[in-house]
Amino acid sequence: MIKLEHIHKSFRVAKRKEGLGSAFRALFHREYQIIPALRDISFEIAAGEIVGYIGPNGSGKSTTIKIMSGILRPDSGNCLINGQIPWQNRKHYVGQIGVVFGQRSQLWWDVPVIDSFSLLQDIYDIPDKAYAKTLSELTATLDLAEIIQLPARQLSLGQRMRCEIAASLLHDPRILFLDEPTIGLDAVSKLAVREFIQKQNQEKGTTIILTTHDMQDIEALASRILLIGKGQILFDGRYADLKKQAKTGLSAEEMVAELYREYQI
Amino acid sequence: MKKYLTYFKIRLIRGLQYRVAAYAGMATQFAWGFMEIFAFSAFYRSNPSAFPMEFSALSSYIWLQQAFLALYMLWFLDMEILEQISSGNIAYEMIRPIALYPLWFLKNLSLRISKAILRCFPILLVTFFLPKPYGLALPSSLTTLLLFLASAALSLMVVVAFTMFVYIFSFYTLNSAGIRLVILSATELLTGAVIPLPFFPEKIRMILELLPFAAMQNIPFRIYSGNLMGPVIVQALLLQVFWAIVLIALGSWWLNKILRYIIIQGG
Repeated sequence: MIKLEHIHKSFRVAKRKEGLGSAFRALFHREYQIIPALRDISFEIAAGEIVGYIGPNGSGKSTTIKIMSGILRPDSGNCLINGQIPWQNRKHYVGQIGVVFGQRSQLWWDVPVIDSFSLLQDIYDIPDKAYAKTLSELTATLDLAEIIQLPARQLSLGQRMRCEIAASLLHDPRILFLDEPTIGLDAVSKLAVREFIQKQNQEKGTTIILTTHDMQDIEALASRILLIGKGQILFDGRYADLKKQAKTGLSAEEMVAELYREYQI
Repeated sequence: MKKYLTYFKIRLIRGLQYRVAAYAGMATQFAWGFMEIFAFSAFYRSNPSAFPMEFSALSSYIWLQQAFLALYMLWFLDMEILEQISSGNIAYEMIRPIALYPLWFLKNLSLRISKAILRCFPILLVTFFLPKPYGLALPSSLTTLLLFLASAALSLMVVVAFTMFVYIFSFYTLNSAGIRLVILSATELLTGAVIPLPFFPEKIRMILELLPFAAMQNIPFRIYSGNLMGPVIVQALLLQVFWAIVLIALGSWWLNKILRYIIIQGG
């Protein structure tokens, strides 16, 4: 279903030393630094799997998600999702996936959430009947009934995130990419989001890839994890196996910190 | 197609909400229009024979310009798009099954049209009742009116197609303030927003009239006021069609090229 082979991606970043002198020099001559974001990333994910994608800040998680969702194109390598190359026919491809960027919002700031939803209905060409059905399901499972009439700006972060997730599932995608869906949420909201993700995966069979820094997310959700560091896949396997390797008595958090140190990432 | 129209509709409705801004805008436009007309009338009194337009045509030109300011001002941009580019929220735009160029084009159209609808009617109405030759005259014939409307629509296309390049440039510079300033100062003059193009010296005017800037407000306002007549109008309309096609083709090619190498700001 999802197959990445030898994906490389680097960014060119303008750099300069500190101070007025170098700032002035940079006006005439800019120096660039090539920063490799992904180095030879390969993995496969089967339909219906739920995979936790973990790694420290700046390790390339979000870049991978953006490549898989057709926003960025890699420098080299193959990526085949649902039989399609994401960036090749972007417009067609993105109709079949759902993406949540936890740090951004797709809801319109000053209109009721439901209006953002109905705009999405038109954007994705969802027939009225299917839309009504999905919406009522999502409203029930994500407990949206009371907040859907409010403008997005008046929602708490937890409420907003539930709406964001609903927004990315209205067109009933087979694949869902969640980029830090629990960032900044309180315990109750986190649990609600986790519970929902699990349900969506089990009942609808949606393939889910989620990135997170919260190891409890991984513990609760993902049977399989992908660990990325400095742009390379360092571990690909079952969470339970990783746990066995680790020293006993460590919490999930400590275990991962240990792992990051071990791999020097 | 429906999805693009939905965007258009929603933006239009949203734009129509800002009534206080519209009142303030109208007041500015009346003041500006009168100021221009007084200044030109001083020139006219000192030497009517050096005047390249009839005075009543000039008045119509100025009032149309003030009434439709929101349609044709080049510095009038969609801040939401600029914000998306600099903050990286464009990522959400790119995961939609929608083509970005036509979407942004329509967003700009709806923004301009909604602003213009709120402002134009009171200005047109009031200036129509001003004493001659200071007010807005009726067009000389129905044909003139129809040609004006066609040309006005084409102008809007050229204007929006041109502003699309500002969004495209801001992918490189991230902050569009600099480009907006340059565009404001350089193009105001070239479009005939400061003084109508017939007032330029012959040789400069001949070059200016071929530029895309001349295919904006210059043509419909001069058709309406009777300054352009006969076969010249056909030529002018063709120039507008030419620039609309060239700018749209170049802009959508360029935007697609950028989207291939885009960098999403802010992780």
